[in-house]
Amino acid sequence: MRLLTHNMLSSNIKGVTNGFPLRIEVEKAIEKQVDFNPDFLKNMFPKIDWKALLDASRTMGYAELPDETPDSSMLDSDEFLRKFHHALLELHLEEGALVCPETGRKFPVNKGIPNMLLHEDEV
Amino acid sequence: MREMIHFSFSFLGSNNMSLRTAQIRLVSSHPEVYEPCDDSFALVDALLADRINLLEHRPMLCMEVGCGSGYVITSLALMLEQEVPWAHYIATDINPRAVEVTRKTLEAHGVCAELINTDIASGLEKRLAGLVDVMVVNPPYVPTPEDEVGREGIASAWAGGENGRSVIDKILPIADKLLSKTGWLYLVTLTTNDPSQICLQMREKGYAARIVVQRSTEEENLHIIKFWRDFDIQMEAKETVPVNKTAPVGVMDTLLSQVHRLSLWISGNNSSN
Ligand SMILES: C[S@@+](CC[C@H](N)C(=O)[O-])C[C@H]1O[C@@H](n2cnc3c(N)ncnc32)[C@H](O)[C@@H]1O
Repeated sequence: MRLLTHNMLSSNIKGVTNGFPLRIEVEKAIEKQVDFNPDFLKNMFPKIDWKALLDASRTMGYAELPDETPDSSMLDSDEFLRKFHHALLELHLEEGALVCPETGRKFPVNKGIPNMLLHEDEV
Repeated sequence: MREMIHFSFSFLGSNNMSLRTAQIRLVSSHPEVYEPCDDSFALVDALLADRINLLEHRPMLCMEVGCGSGYVITSLALMLEQEVPWAHYIATDINPRAVEVTRKTLEAHGVCAELINTDIASGLEKRLAGLVDVMVVNPPYVPTPEDEVGREGIASAWAGGENGRSVIDKILPIADKLLSKTGWLYLVTLTTNDPSQICLQMREKGYAARIVVQRSTEEENLHIIKFWRDFDIQMEAKETVPVNKTAPVGVMDTLLSQVHRLSLWISGNNSSN
């Protein structure tokens, strides 16, 4: 699971109002190289919750993203884009869990695939 | 005997090497996962038939709901690979075995997609809203007793409840939510699903529709329908809401004109998309 996907996922348990972002528990993180495409990144940037990406990337052991939400002028910086690219697309949570910030319910991630299926009493 | 209607292979051109789709021998399988079938092939043929439009569309995010073996999402990724290398793919399935098999199928073809084991797009609806440029769905569409829908295992691959519409009717509003302003939806339907009624329903949400592939097999008559947001229809959809409430006569007029237009595009006059 890429952090882009993590940035798009919320806890879907019935009644949960603050289901985003899911906290990441890492058992195994991996890196997979992806072709760098500045246009994709520039288009994606406004849709990304920076704080969620920042925290997620740190949890995954990558500390290069700036703390403050970058303003869009940063998108002209190749250096910034490459870091953003790496965090968003190349870091993968392979084994671990996503934890609902409100209830603590864990959604397991196995072989890179999050299981968001709910139990009957959660729907 | 299988017969094909309104379909030709002329779009395949002569020497275009990039028209690759998933190879059956590389598609993984599992006894509880739907194997690529006539409906899967018809959907991929529809995507191929519309490939030139897809390339112009330059999608950033493509999504499949109910990916099964992964045949369709892998084919989509392969056919866009050269010209739209940045496209990002997401696929979901309610069956844990299916996402697993899809992962292997993708790997065997050297393409990537993000996989999520979930009910339709549960967990994605908030943050992915308005971001999906292309959605492809080959839903469980076979009419069955309602209590067979969503059962564990292979039955959930086809069990569609009354008129085969149970899961389709859940997917449509979610697709509407997730699709971007210029988003497209490709949906497999059966005649028993009442595709024109589906189109009318989508029209009320502002979507135009076109049948990309129609195919009759021994068992079923399949339509692959493409939906896209149409500005005029959106205006019309907005306008008809108050009319519906106040003037029943207006409703009939609207419906009649919709049915009229429906028959127009069914006959292939609307080919702009
Ligand atoms: C007809 S099969 C299509 C499989 C594959 N896309 C293909 O074309 O070969 C339908 C798929 O939808 C999945 N499915 C059924 N209900 C679902 C739901 N509520 N959410 C997500 N996937 C679902 C089934 O597990 C099955 O894999």
